[in-house]
Amino acid sequence: MTSVSNSLSAAAEPQVLSPVGGEVSDFFALLKPRVMILVIFTALVGMVVSNVHIQPVVGSISLLMIAVGAGASGCLNMWWDADIDAVMTRTAKRPIPDGRIRPDEALAFGIVLSVGSVLVLGLASNWVAAGLLAFTIVFYAVVYSMWLKRATPQNIVIGGAAGALPPMVGQAAVTGTIGVESLVLFMIIFIWTPPHFWALALIKSADYAKAGIPMMPNVAGPDSTRRQIIGYSMLLFPLGLAPVALGFGGWLYAITALLGGLGMLAFSVHVFRNREGEPERKAAMGMFGFSILHLFLMFAALLAEQSLGLFRAVSL
Amino acid sequence: MTPEESQRRRKRSIAIATVLFALVTIFYVLTIAKLGPQVLNRPI
Repeated sequence: MTSVSNSLSAAAEPQVLSPVGGEVSDFFALLKPRVMILVIFTALVGMVVSNVHIQPVVGSISLLMIAVGAGASGCLNMWWDADIDAVMTRTAKRPIPDGRIRPDEALAFGIVLSVGSVLVLGLASNWVAAGLLAFTIVFYAVVYSMWLKRATPQNIVIGGAAGALPPMVGQAAVTGTIGVESLVLFMIIFIWTPPHFWALALIKSADYAKAGIPMMPNVAGPDSTRRQIIGYSMLLFPLGLAPVALGFGGWLYAITALLGGLGMLAFSVHVFRNREGEPERKAAMGMFGFSILHLFLMFAALLAEQSLGLFRAVSL
Repeated sequence: MTPEESQRRRKRSIAIATVLFALVTIFYVLTIAKLGPQVLNRPI
């Protein structure tokens, strides 16, 4: 414990901090651009499954603000987690632990973008969407980053709600309300998050242990984590088909969700069977990569069906 | 301030100006989009 505390406090020490502040690209990196792209994508799907006319300007500005809000919460997360980011190889080169941006700069940047994105989204679309975006930011930055992440192995299970909310914000932005469509999309991302993240946590458990983060493989052990990955993949399979049952997912989506769901189950069993050395690492990385592809293809199928006129209803 | 720091500050100033200009544009376009033809309907 002492060594962890020492390494954390040493890592929190500022390194090369110029009074002028960081580069523009460093500030952009604080927004977690890859996460922002995923947020834009899932929020857009939340909009198009609503099946209402979307005013292009209002829709585009709403999407931009949802992305900025997500980036702001990522920035606040990096500000809060700078100490543990510094001791993990995956995150040590982030702008704050690497000494390229001062923590106070990142905090100010994150707060300004959070408040700005919520206000502009409220003015552009409606205050239901703005309220949901504000809730998402607070949930990710405060509930997940400041509380759950260092407190419980269920951190990414509960915290996954923040990553699952963008489709609901998207739907609220164009309809003013939350419909069953975005609720189902929320549940799909929510249940998808644990097997996705724990696959990575299995092979990065030494990193998480060094940073003192109670990830599931570190607390419950790798075997229990592997069983839970199978459990969540089994839950995800029928959930992935819910859009078909509810009538907003057609044939293209049905085939994508069916094959992808089977793929997730197959990868989770593969992870369960390969528990040592290089095969373990390959299986976990395979699961991690496939889970991203699975979610992307399901949402892309919904987007293609709704926006390219490819929707063909499945008769049940 | 070193030349490198000076250049970094200049780039940041340009980025802030760009963001401010984008905000003005967003509010202008949004106003036109939300009001539509009504934007010209001003009772004297």
